[in-house]
Parts: sequence; C-alpha cells; structure tokens
Amino acid sequence: MSGESVLEVKNLRTSFFTDDGEVAAVDDIDFYINKGEILGVVGESGCGKSVTSLSIMGLVPSPPGKIVGGEILYKGEDLTKASEKRMRQIRGNDITMIFQEPMTSLNPLFTIGNQIMETIRLHNKWNKQQVKERAIEILQMVGLPRAEELLNEYPHQLSGGMRQRVMIAMAMVCNPQLLIADEPTTALDVTIQAQILKLMKKLNHDYQTAIMMITHDLGVVAEVCQRVVVMYAGKVVEEGDIATIYKSPKHPYTVGLIKSVPDMRKKVDRLYSIPGNVPKPGSIKEGCRFAARCEHAFDRCFTETPELYQTGEGQKVRCFLYEQQGGVSK
Amino acid sequence: MLTYTIRRLLMLIPVLFGMTFVVFFIIRAIPGDPAQVILGQQATKEAVAQLTEKLGLNDPWYVQFFHYVKGLLSGDLGESLRSSAPIKDEIWPYLAATLELSLVAMFIAIFIGVNAGIISAWFQNSWFDYVAMILALIGISIPVFWLGLMEQWAFSLELGWLPSTGRENVRDPVEVVTNLYLIDTLIAGRFDQFGEVIRHLILPSLALATIPMAIIARITRSSMLEVMRSDYIRTARAKGMRMFFVVYKHSLKNAVIPVLTVIGLQVGLLLGGAILTETIFGWPGIGRYIYEAIGFRDYPVIQSGILIIATIFILINLIVDLLYVAIDPRIKYN
Repeated sequence: MSGESVLEVKNLRTSFFTDDGEVAAVDDIDFYINKGEILGVVGESGCGKSVTSLSIMGLVPSPPGKIVGGEILYKGEDLTKASEKRMRQIRGNDITMIFQEPMTSLNPLFTIGNQIMETIRLHNKWNKQQVKERAIEILQMVGLPRAEELLNEYPHQLSGGMRQRVMIAMAMVCNPQLLIADEPTTALDVTIQAQILKLMKKLNHDYQTAIMMITHDLGVVAEVCQRVVVMYAGKVVEEGDIATIYKSPKHPYTVGLIKSVPDMRKKVDRLYSIPGNVPKPGSIKEGCRFAARCEHAFDRCFTETPELYQTGEGQKVRCFLYEQQGGVSK
Repeated sequence: MLTYTIRRLLMLIPVLFGMTFVVFFIIRAIPGDPAQVILGQQATKEAVAQLTEKLGLNDPWYVQFFHYVKGLLSGDLGESLRSSAPIKDEIWPYLAATLELSLVAMFIAIFIGVNAGIISAWFQNSWFDYVAMILALIGISIPVFWLGLMEQWAFSLELGWLPSTGRENVRDPVEVVTNLYLIDTLIAGRFDQFGEVIRHLILPSLALATIPMAIIARITRSSMLEVMRSDYIRTARAKGMRMFFVVYKHSLKNAVIPVLTVIGLQVGLLLGGAILTETIFGWPGIGRYIYEAIGFRDYPVIQSGILIIATIFILINLIVDLLYVAIDPRIKYN
C-alpha cells in the first residue's frame, strides 16, 4: 500500500440470504483508497460493485442482506462493528454517496434547499443564516446558476444534469473524506457526463476528497481515475494503477473489457464482446468464476480458486496464468 | 387552482340535481302512502284522501319535483310531512350528533391506522407487522353490529366501565348551543359532563372506527413499502438521517396521497353508513333520522337528508383533491 489510506476493505463478504440459501454478492474482496485519490471500481452489472458501496455505507438492505465477514476500516475504525449511531455520524459527513439515477434520487416533495440544508443541519450545529449561506455556497461550487432561487425549487423543475449536480452538492456539503459515486454518469447524456466528470475531478483536486468511482464504463475510468479495481462476480480479479492496466492488462477478463471498447480509428464488422454472460451470483461454487467464459482456461481453473498474484509494481491479478510471476500477495 | 375549485363546485350542481332526481323516484317507488302512515290504519278513506291532497301528493310528479327543486334553490329543504316542521331546523341536531361521532371515529381510525401501517412497513415481516395485518384483516371482516353488541356486552354489561347508549348523562343535561356536545359542555364550563360525553363516545366511535382503521392501515402499509424502496429514501439514509425521520418525513409525505384518497371516501361512508352503529348505541344521528323518515314515508326528509350527506361527501373529496396539490408540487389542476 502506498500513501495513507482513508478506507481499507479487507476480506469483505456480503451475502443475501434467500430461500435458496446464502448468496455471496461480494465474496472476500480487498482494496484500499488513499487520501485524495480517485479509485475506479469496474465491472459488469451484478458483479457486486453496488453491494460493496452499500456495505461501506452500512446500507445493505437487511434482511435479506448482511455483511458476514471481513473489515471495512475507515481511518482505522472498523465500520462493520460500528453502532448505528456512529454510522449516522459518518454517513453524509465523512463518507457520502451519490447514485446512478439523479431523476429519482432526490425526494420529489421537498425543495432543493430543504434537502441540502437538512444534510448540513444533521452534522453541524449552525444557525439558520449559516446553514443557508453554506447551501448557496455549495450550489455555486458545483456550478449551478441562480443558487439562491434554486433553494426554493423542486427536483422536477431541474434537468438530469442539474439534479446530479445537486446530489454532488449534497454529498460535498460537509467536506467528506470519501465520496462514493455509484455510476454517477450512466443515466446522463454524453455532454453532461463530461461536465459531471470534470466537476468531480475538480472537487477531488480542490478539496482532496477521495472518490470511489463505481462504473462499468472504462472511458470514465481512463478519464478520471488514478487506480482501478476490476471486479467480476463478487471478486476482485485485477487491481493496479491506470496506466499499467490499460497498457498491459493481465486478467483475461480485463483484457476482454478493454478489447470491447470500440476503437474509432479501426473499421470493424462486429464489435468485440466477451462470450457468455455474467454467472448468477452464488451459482459458481468452486474454481475461477470467469473460467467458463475464458479462452485460456485449463482444468485447474474449474476446480481451484486462484489467489491474487502480484505481477508488478502495484498490479495484482487473480489468474493462474500469473502464478509463477509473483506469488501470493496476501 | 382557484378556477379549478370553482369549476369543481359548479360541477356539484348537475351531480346533486341528478341525485335528487333519482332519490325522488326511488322513494316514491316504495309501497305505502304517507297520508295513511301518518293517520294510522284506522283512518277513513276520506281523511286519507284529504290529507293526501293537502300534502300536495296528488299533483303530477313533475309538479312535485319542480316545487321541491324550487325550494332547494332558495335554500329551503322543505317541511317534514310528519311533524310539519321545516327540515332545515329539524335536521341540525341529528347532523351534529353524526358529525361528532364520525369525526371522533375518523380521528381514531386515522391516528391508529396510519401509524400501524407505517410501523408495519418500517418493520416489514416482524411480529408487529403480522399481528397488525391480521388484526386489520379481522377488522375489515367483522360486521359492525356484532362488534357493537360485543362491546356493549363486555364494557357495559360485564365490566360496567362505559355507558352503552346515548350521548350524555341525561339526568343532568347541559344547555345545547351547537349540538356538538363536546363543544357545548366546554362552553357551559361543565368539565364533568365533558368527561361523560367522552365516555359515551368511546364505544360507538370505536365500533365505527374499526373498518376505516383497518383499511387505512393496510393502504398505508402498502404505500409506505413502495416508497421506502425508492432511491430518494436511500439518499436520505446516506445523509446520515435517523430512520425515524426518514420514515416520518421523507417516506410518509410521499406515501400519503393514496391514504388521503381512502380517508376521504371513508369519511363519506361514515356519515351515511353510521345507521347500524347509531341504532345499536341509541345515537340520535342523521342515519337514524333518515331511517325513521323512511318508516313514515316522509319523502321530503329522506330527500333532503340524503342530499345533505351527498353534498358533504362530495365536498370532503374536493378537499382531498385540493390537499394533493398542497402535498405534491408536481400535481397541477388546470
């Protein structure tokens, strides 16, 4: 680990208990986020990215979900053991979150001002004037015009991009240490996407807020992240800094992901896609979870689960192909 | 908003006219002659014919209907055939009794029903949820007359805690001002009688509240469950808000619209549908007033009574529609 980490996730396992038994949506994952860093968490739908973020926030819907093992260390404090009261202090203040759907993430029946000032009041004992000034200031900071009027407007009067800016304002209003962004640009059109990413980069730069950027879009990762964690079916399959991963991806899944990004300079008949589908969570009991879709898979891949092997400076891969190179990292 | 309200109020006119028309014919289809009922079985044919003529019942139906509607338009609800008193004066004490009973019943139904629904949704699949929803199912299924009789048997006859009939301690009545006894006793400064009035209200209002309470609890629960799954509730929790405020501020306001709709309909039903409860508990309400009028074929009383209930019903639902706008900024009428 380099630098001082703000969040460290160790052997985290979050399961959903259904009629068919325990299904581990997140299975024994490790990663860390350094202070002021932007970490990308990449993977297809259903790979456990969102469950990971909800686990950190302590918001896994329970029942049926539950963190069954591991640690989530926020500045050394294990959040899996924190009381609900302590978690309420952390949420919205130290660790905040924005979501994929700006259209439905704001309460339609309360004004923008009410929803932002509510967050401020939850974590600060300020007077009315201070709260209002801070709300206006934060709206201006995220680049919203007419900040003062906006306070009295309702979400339905705003466009998707503006609402996402409001969400970011709400998440940033208490100067958090870590902002978890769960697919923050997926629901927005491309020009707005670029603006939102630019804003997040700026906030990260200006306020040294670490950002955990959850996405399935490698373009987003390349644009803003310094390091990236690739997840597949509830496991971390590759981890490394952005340049290494793009230049020399190791895990066949990562290779496939990067290959499936269309290249505008080449003319092809058919865009590449990884054959097969993401397995249903909990359906693969043993072996590498990617084995069934992997072109390099051999017998051992179906019976044994590979460890994360260190393959270079800061790069780790969960694949037997690289076992010889590095040895087990844990 | 104002134009919408005015338009809705104007729409009252054809609705009430149509309803008056239908009621006018239905009650005349009931076999039996008002004059005969008033004069009794022994009356001579001549006397009956004379009274029929005097009451104007020999006129063709359209003349009778015209006279009645003409009276209504000038604010005259007609006169009772039985007592010859103007219905306008006669009906208020009955209406007040029903209003008092229904409002108290509705207050109980809303307070308990809404909270039970909220807590059931909040702790879905908990023992509270199961017990509350089983009780709600029972509450919807129980016939009101049976529940009323059981209440009287248990709390009046066996335990002797509460009076079984009436509105007040009749041996020591309070001067009537508004006919709403809760208010009248306070005006008279008679707190002992105020307590008596409350004691008289408990059993009938509980019987009357049961069904609306159960319906409100169930609709609140399902509406809350849907809202609590939505993204903005997750946002509210991610802010670090207490679950109590997440539920009672962010969720409830979003879940309340279907609940309001049901409340509006139930209040309307209580006003007219309290006849059984009023009969069992000897409550001199408008349900009983109309019921007795039917026995006497007192056409004007039946017509005007139903007209008043219908008007209140429609007005309450108009208020509910206007409340939607106050709650949800996205709803606009125009």
